[in-house]
Amino acid sequence: MIDLTLKIGHLNLKNPVMTASGTFGYGEEYRDFLDLSRLGGIVVKAVTGSNRDGNAYPRMAETPSGMLNSVGLQNKGVDHFVKEIYPVIKDFNTNVIVNVSGSTIEEYVAVAEKINELEKVPAIELNISCPNVKHGGMAFGTIPATATEVTAAVRKVYQKDLIVKLSPNVTSIQEMAKAVVDGGADIISLINTLLGMAIDADKRKPVLSTLTGGLSGPAIKPIALRMVWQVSKAVHVPVIGMGGIMNATDAIEFILAGASAVQVGTANFIDPAVTVKIVEGIEAYCRLHKFSSVKELIGGLNS
Amino acid sequence: MSVKKVLHDLVVAKNIHLNNRHFILELQAPEPLPGLLPGQFVQLLVNDSPSTFLRRPFSIHAFDEVNNAFRLLIQIKGEGTRHLSHLKVGEKLNVMYPLGNSFSRPPGKEVLLVGGGCGVAPLLFLGKWLKEQDVNVTLLTGWKRKEDIFEKEAYQQCGEVLITTEDGSEGEPGMVTGHSIFKSGRNFDRIYCCGPDRMMKAVAHIATRRGIDCEVSLENTMACGFGVCLCCITPTNHGNQRVCMEGPVFSIKELGW
Repeated sequence: MIDLTLKIGHLNLKNPVMTASGTFGYGEEYRDFLDLSRLGGIVVKAVTGSNRDGNAYPRMAETPSGMLNSVGLQNKGVDHFVKEIYPVIKDFNTNVIVNVSGSTIEEYVAVAEKINELEKVPAIELNISCPNVKHGGMAFGTIPATATEVTAAVRKVYQKDLIVKLSPNVTSIQEMAKAVVDGGADIISLINTLLGMAIDADKRKPVLSTLTGGLSGPAIKPIALRMVWQVSKAVHVPVIGMGGIMNATDAIEFILAGASAVQVGTANFIDPAVTVKIVEGIEAYCRLHKFSSVKELIGGLNS
Repeated sequence: MSVKKVLHDLVVAKNIHLNNRHFILELQAPEPLPGLLPGQFVQLLVNDSPSTFLRRPFSIHAFDEVNNAFRLLIQIKGEGTRHLSHLKVGEKLNVMYPLGNSFSRPPGKEVLLVGGGCGVAPLLFLGKWLKEQDVNVTLLTGWKRKEDIFEKEAYQQCGEVLITTEDGSEGEPGMVTGHSIFKSGRNFDRIYCCGPDRMMKAVAHIATRRGIDCEVSLENTMACGFGVCLCCITPTNHGNQRVCMEGPVFSIKELGW
C-alpha cells in the first residue's frame, strides 16, 4: 500500500495533486468527468472584492505546446462567492482553497477577511501574480517589498493557511519567495503564467484584446521546474509546484525538484479527468520505484 | 436540462471528402449516444499533431440515433484539421460531448435557415429536426462559386434550398444578404443563422429591421469547451456569457446585434 497522503502547513492532503486556479472553475463544472474527492485539493477561480467583467474577447491564443490567456479575473465578487457558490462547494470531500486577488492591498485584505469566516475553506491562495489586470495582480508580485507588504496585511486578518502564488515574471524568484515568507506565508505556490504575446501575421495584429497575456502549458515547464527547485532551496516553507504539468511524470519531476504538492492547470482543458490519472500515475511510480510514501520523493533528486 | 458531458473514444465510421477543403467525419459509438440537439458541438482531441495543443470544437452536422453515429462537417484550416482529414475508417478519436446549448423551437411554422460556407454545418441537423416537427424550412446558403457547393441534395430533403454565389455561377449572384427572398415580402417566424460574424451581423440587421426573431450560432475561440476557461465569452445584455455553455446559440436580442 503506497501512502500518498501528506501535510503541508496545516493542510491534510489525500495526495499531492491539486487543481490550479482559473482552470477549474468552482469544481462543479468537472463533476461530469471525475470524482472530486479523489483529489488532494481544488483551488477555485480567483475571487475579488467586487464584480469584474474581465477583459474583452479575444482572450485566448493557442501557442506551441501551450496557450496564452487574458481572462482578467472575471468573477462576481466575494459577496456573491460567499452567498451563492460556497454553499454549493463547501461539502466537496477535498480541500477547497480559494484564490484571492485584488487591485489594492485593502481589497486583498477585505476578501481574505470574508473568506476567513468560511468554515470549510482551510486555506487561501494569494494571487499576486496575475499578468492580465491593469492594477494589482502581478504588480504586487514583482517587487519584493510590495509582496511582503500585501502578504503581511492579509496575514493579520487571515488565520488559516496562507498560500502565496508567485509570478515567474521576476529577476530573482528566490528573493520573491523570501519576501512572502517574511510577510507570513505558510506555503508558496508557483509558477503563475509567463507574460507573453501572440501576433496574427495575416491580420498584422496582436491576437489578444489586451495585446499580451499569460502563457501556460508544457511550453513553460522547464522554467517552472527551475523556479520550483530554486525556491525550495531558498525557503523552508512547503512549495506547491505547477507549470505545464500534463501527466504523472511531469508531476513527479516537480516533486523531485522540491515541491511537496503540485497543481494541474491547462491540462484540465484538454482532459478534464487528467488529475485523477495523475494521482494514479504517481502511485504507480512509487510502486515501480519501491517508495512506500510519496513524501520520500520530495526534493529527491539524485546527486 | 443539462445532459451529462462525456469523454468517449469514438470510431471513425466514414471520412467523406467533399472537395479539397471540406470533409465529413462520421463518428460512431458502440453504445447508444447521449441525446444530441441541433446547435450543440463536440471537442475533438487531435492525436499525433504536435502543433495542435488544445481540442478542436466542431458543431454537429447530422445525428443518426439509430446507428449511434453523428457527423461533423470540417473545413481544413490548419495542421489539426488537415490531420483529421487523413483519418481512416476504424481509427479512434477522443471526443468530449455534448457541449453547449441548442437552437430553440420556432414560435411558428415558417422558418429561414441562413448559412455561409462551412457555417452550414449545424443547419443540416437543425433543418431535419425542424422538418420532423412539421416546420416549413427554407434554406438559404451562400458560396463563393458553384464548384464549392456541397450536399445540396441533403439540404433539399429539409425544404426549399436557395443559393447565392459570389461569382453568380449558381443561384443569385452576390451574398446571402442580397438574396431576393428578403425583398419578397415573405414572412418568417424565425431566422436561424450560422457563418462568419460579419454575415451573421448583416442577417441580424435584416431580421431586426423586418421584426423577425433571429438566432445565431457563434464560433468564438475556446480552450476548454465546458465552461471553465472563460476564454470564449461574448458580451450580452446580461453580461459576458460563455459561448461554450450559455451558447453557442444566442438570440440577436441578447447580443444586442
